[in-house]
Amino acid sequence: MDAFLVQAPGSYTTVQDKGRFGYQKMGVPVSGVLDSFAGSVANLLVGNPEESAVLEITVIGPRLEFLRKTDVALAGAEMGATLNNQPVNCWESFSVSPGDILKIQQVKSGCRAYLAVSGGIEVPEVLGSRSTCVGGKLGGYQGRLLKKGDILRCGEGTYLDVPRRLPSAWIPRHSPEIVLRAIPGPQDDYFQEEGLVTFFQSEFTVGINANRMGYRLQGPSIPQKEDMPASIISDPSISGSVQIPADGQPIILLVEQTMGGYTKIATVISTDIPKIAQAIPGNVVRFDKVTLGTAYSLYMEQKKLMREIARNIS
Amino acid sequence: MSNGLYETSRIHIVGDRGLLVEYGDRIDPVVNKKVISMAIGLEHDAPAGVIEIIPSYLSLLIIYDPFVTTASVLQKSLISLEKRLPEIEIPPPQTVEIPVCYGGEFGPDIQFVAESNSLTVDAVVRLHSKPEYQIFMIGFSPGFPYLGGLPKELHTPRLKTPRTQVLVGSVGIANEQTGIYPVTSPGGWQLIGRTPLKLFDPERSNPFLYKAGDRIRFTPISPEEYGRLAGKGVK
Repeated sequence: MDAFLVQAPGSYTTVQDKGRFGYQKMGVPVSGVLDSFAGSVANLLVGNPEESAVLEITVIGPRLEFLRKTDVALAGAEMGATLNNQPVNCWESFSVSPGDILKIQQVKSGCRAYLAVSGGIEVPEVLGSRSTCVGGKLGGYQGRLLKKGDILRCGEGTYLDVPRRLPSAWIPRHSPEIVLRAIPGPQDDYFQEEGLVTFFQSEFTVGINANRMGYRLQGPSIPQKEDMPASIISDPSISGSVQIPADGQPIILLVEQTMGGYTKIATVISTDIPKIAQAIPGNVVRFDKVTLGTAYSLYMEQKKLMREIARNIS
Repeated sequence: MSNGLYETSRIHIVGDRGLLVEYGDRIDPVVNKKVISMAIGLEHDAPAGVIEIIPSYLSLLIIYDPFVTTASVLQKSLISLEKRLPEIEIPPPQTVEIPVCYGGEFGPDIQFVAESNSLTVDAVVRLHSKPEYQIFMIGFSPGFPYLGGLPKELHTPRLKTPRTQVLVGSVGIANEQTGIYPVTSPGGWQLIGRTPLKLFDPERSNPFLYKAGDRIRFTPISPEEYGRLAGKGVK
């Protein structure tokens, strides 16, 4: 059933779910919500399974006219939203009726907000996922960004008796200075000890080239060993891979990428990908070296936290 | 070894969800065959927790769920699979015929490729459509095959400035590589022709026509034939 009409699309709004797995070997990137924490919480707030499709809203939000009675929640970046000109809070569900106008303004902190609708946003599954892959022109709403006039559908959901909200202790703070925990490799042996030290001890600034394919950083140049080639024979990449091209400036590869041709000095751990998702140009990034064991424990903690949140807000 | 194949594979940690298994240090059919065989072996007998297996020129990236398995458990499965590999039946590669209309509006750079290699345009077409190319890997965009086996006479550097739009089906050359653009996208390869065949169609029961390890052969067709096949919406 029709859920809402897009009156204004915002700067970069797409439909995303958990991502498309199993097709990277065919050159199809994973896509999916960049901030999986916020995406999952938005869904839980309206009573959906965590992995339902949501809107990923970047920097400037859309204006939507609802076409049915349903529950809606926003999570992630704080963007200042109003429903019929009355402010609505992030990390809280609210109900809407036909004709209601939800206006999502622009980021005050963070970069990406997620909008969940009860029943989940319904677009056809393509290769097992509803996520939009803009580069491959597939999935989501006609394989593209939302445009004015689009009408999106939602699945059959349950209507909430009382609004749900995420307890404030669990609301992440989007700081302009982030620390990303990372594990050296897979090509850390291409770098001098000094290069690795510089990488893990310096501050970098997020450049203007920061999107779902990758985040380019600016900072001290990371030297490679002189006897090693500056580029490698292209190999597969993973979300969080940090490439160092010939200019020595790191690029964090993200979910719309399948291959990389430069040496990868380190990989940001899964738990910290949502922090990159909320970073904007000008923010400061530092990398903190962790072991695989630490990364596993943090991953388990994150899983446990999501279970606790699910129990608490349902 | 002359083909660059390592005696034993080298395994690298890729964050908390990946393992990169490297089999050699050079683009070579023998190294790539080893990668593809391991990928097939792993798919055939996937260890618990494996989410994706992505073969490339020299290596295999395995993406796993750290909630189900760990790097060290997977590493053991890999070593045991390597030992059993000779017993696993690897299906023979299939060869896919790709009709291509060379030159003209379909291949705006064919003249440049001919001139920079002191060849005629006809010779470029003849040379390019002769070999059976090995698909070393698929990446960059959905269904983009990186093909090995381009005749030396056709090696041509990339465009100085990449095009912002390369039309779907375009066949290009970049140095010693040749490939096909399955989706309209930006690109810097020298374009010599175009296929009316839809290489990637998510709506089709088989969205992809080939996989890494398969072979591709190009068949020259006329502009009329291109129009006829494109009009028919060849699958």
